[in-house]
Amino acid sequence: MADSDLERLRDRIGYAWEIAHEFGLDPFPTHFELVPATIMYEFASYSLPGRFSHWTHGKAYYRQKMLYDLGLSKIYEMVVNTNPSYAFLMEMNDLLQNTFVAAHVFGHTDFFKNNVYFQHTSRRMIERASLNAERIAKYEFDHGKLEVEHFLDAVLSIQEHVDYHLFLKGEDEAEEEEQLRRGEVSRTRPSTEYDDLWELDHEEKERRAEEERERRRGRPPKFPEKPQKDLLLFLIRHSPILEPWQRDVIEIVRQEFLYFVPQMQTKVMNEGWASIWHSRIMREMADRGMLSDAEAVEFARMHASVLSPSRTSLNPYYLGYKIFEDIERRWDNPTREEQERLGRKPGMGRQKIFEVRELDNDVSFLRNYLTKELVEELDLYLYKKEGDEWVIVEKNWEKVRDGIVASMTNFGFPYIVVDDGDYRGNRELYLRHLHEGQDLDMVYAEKTLQYVHQLWGRPVHLETVYDGKRILLSYDGERNSKTTLER
Amino acid sequence: MSVSQHDWSLHRKGQIDQERHKEKIREAIKKNLQEIVSEESIILSDGKKTVRVPIRSLEEYRFRYDPGRQAHAGQGDGKSRVGDVIAQEPRAGRGKKGEAGKDPGYDYYEAEISMEELSELIFEDLELPNLEQKRQQELQTDAVRFTDIRKHGPLTNLDKKRTILENMKRNATKGEPRFKDIKNEDLRFKVWEPTIRYESNAVVIAMMDVSGSMGEFEKYIARSFYFWMVRFLRTKYNNVHIVFISHHTEAKEVTEEEFFHKGESGGTQVSSAYELALQIIKERFNPHDWNIYPFHFSDGDNLPWDNDRCVQLVQQLIELCNIFGYGEIREGHYRSPSTLMSAYSRITDKKFVAVTISDKKEVYPALRKFFARRGDAVPAGR
Repeated sequence: MADSDLERLRDRIGYAWEIAHEFGLDPFPTHFELVPATIMYEFASYSLPGRFSHWTHGKAYYRQKMLYDLGLSKIYEMVVNTNPSYAFLMEMNDLLQNTFVAAHVFGHTDFFKNNVYFQHTSRRMIERASLNAERIAKYEFDHGKLEVEHFLDAVLSIQEHVDYHLFLKGEDEAEEEEQLRRGEVSRTRPSTEYDDLWELDHEEKERRAEEERERRRGRPPKFPEKPQKDLLLFLIRHSPILEPWQRDVIEIVRQEFLYFVPQMQTKVMNEGWASIWHSRIMREMADRGMLSDAEAVEFARMHASVLSPSRTSLNPYYLGYKIFEDIERRWDNPTREEQERLGRKPGMGRQKIFEVRELDNDVSFLRNYLTKELVEELDLYLYKKEGDEWVIVEKNWEKVRDGIVASMTNFGFPYIVVDDGDYRGNRELYLRHLHEGQDLDMVYAEKTLQYVHQLWGRPVHLETVYDGKRILLSYDGERNSKTTLER
Repeated sequence: MSVSQHDWSLHRKGQIDQERHKEKIREAIKKNLQEIVSEESIILSDGKKTVRVPIRSLEEYRFRYDPGRQAHAGQGDGKSRVGDVIAQEPRAGRGKKGEAGKDPGYDYYEAEISMEELSELIFEDLELPNLEQKRQQELQTDAVRFTDIRKHGPLTNLDKKRTILENMKRNATKGEPRFKDIKNEDLRFKVWEPTIRYESNAVVIAMMDVSGSMGEFEKYIARSFYFWMVRFLRTKYNNVHIVFISHHTEAKEVTEEEFFHKGESGGTQVSSAYELALQIIKERFNPHDWNIYPFHFSDGDNLPWDNDRCVQLVQQLIELCNIFGYGEIREGHYRSPSTLMSAYSRITDKKFVAVTISDKKEVYPALRKFFARRGDAVPAGR
């Protein structure tokens, strides 16, 4: 971009920033950087600038770039959830495109700052990711590139299996409690007037533990006591074979994945929110004469292309945009019944959408606000494979809504827990898939078990349901096997 | 808030990891050459510069739902109805890696690789066996090799890249590292020397049975073999003659195009092809001047009274040739060797090499058997 254009872009982004604030948005300070296409595709395929090296990133990069070279896909922007936030714009995009993108970015950085699911994310993630990358590079130097690569292959295959609720449960607290129980630390919590109540709670727990011990007398205690969702954390703490550097690599992957979880949990909301605001900010700029008529028309065209629906997937921009718009309309003009029964006052639309952006994630957003009218207006459906064809199988609005919500639960990945770390008293690892109606891909599951074995070093098992039968997939280091379990 | 722009020209992270990915593709291809060599989409891709190779080992395995059993969500144009077909699976078993969300089918990763690169991997350690230096060195090639860079020279030999670099270097010393104001002192020229490489003359006589008994499978195998053989010869040797002969009860010399694309019918008389080969050698390729490599592919379903004649002719051919390769394609019930093959078992000369192929996967081993480096080979005059 020429210097004069850069100057004009600066001015326009400045206006957009002011207008965003007038609308009530409260974004993080945002730094924009213009980068060439190759850099944009690199950042997008690594999800963060400066992230560690791995061939899977190279594969993603290659595909992104190829799609771009073939003119099949185009990324307009990439924005990082940090404070201040960093947004990358494409050098070759013109002034109008980049103004549009900047307006969109303010929607995202407002969302990062204010949505409750983001409150635990590191706001200095770029630095962290760079430090992580340095550490991994050092391990490559110490232990060999291939060694680290093979290890990462295994860890990345199960990276989704972290427990993002540990933040809420207070992971440290859980750890402390465990230590307490083992008598490793004494109670040091400051005393309050409710201590006796806590004490009761504690006694109750001990009583139950005693009962449990009684029941299982003669048998070794269950390990872990309760099923654990955080497979990575479990491996870090309990794998019998890992070296310190390997535990650290798992921790890096875990930490980075946890950072991305809120973005995966709020994809529809986040894009919908940004789309609502890019359209309003741009319209406002046009109304104030900051855009020419030709530019306003061109903007409308871009907006329509970003928000175009797809027959085989949900466009999060479009879906989120429509739902937010609908919420605002319904809370601006509540029906008589809503006014009387729920006490809604007219004109509360703006306030309501700000509240939703603060408190919801995609699952609750769709569950609460994807209405019958919207499902019908947007013509949403569920489709499945039948023979060689993909066929629409469901149009009932509740079932469609529930299907979409189900596909977003655990951000679209099977929910798997560590059930037993000492299976058969032989230090074998027993994982259990909490089956909720969707069967696993067997080929993938067997290959992934091999990776888990690489990290655990002893035989590994996965219990799941296939074709309505409870089955156990196992890998003992040499062979995969499959057994049917009794009901 | 700020808006800035920096120089990213030295940033290489993406490329470096992409290189590693490419390297893994090459490794995977090497491990799967047996399947890839007889991959239909490649054999039938005549003239294409890049081919797609299915690779399983580069998938990123994880615990995931079976895409074929999962319900997915989509959005219609307002008129969609239950039962509407919105997408079709591509040809069974050969799923194409779809774009995210576009094609949720079973898929495996397909790598794109240039024909050149793939050939290199396949032919890495293959050569024309027993190549000898012959009297008339017709194959000497005068290849031009650029050997040096100088400041003076004819403009046609201007090395543009180096010239631009020199210019930028010079400007950089003045604090302006970019390309501008080109001067005479920036110019760099390539200097070349003619080099003469001596090669031995070689001719390959490719013979193929096109009789009625050659079914789809047999033809496909013969064709795959020759497809790679021709490519191998053209990649490795600057100038090798190839003569194509197809036969049923009669043999005739055909063009490459006809050889690969025309099918015939009728009975089989293998000797007809060998006679024609001998005649061609006599007329055009004096064994004193030429390395001669006859190859013959057939299902072995020869007229029984012709077999002895074939053995005699093969022995005559061996006298004149560096090796003689016979490939027999037997499928299904006919896996036991043919009478022709049994007759050939009498030939003890080391220059006679026979293989039997009964599966697509055996094309690559056959190539390796015919063109493997032989320890006792006469060093080629190159």
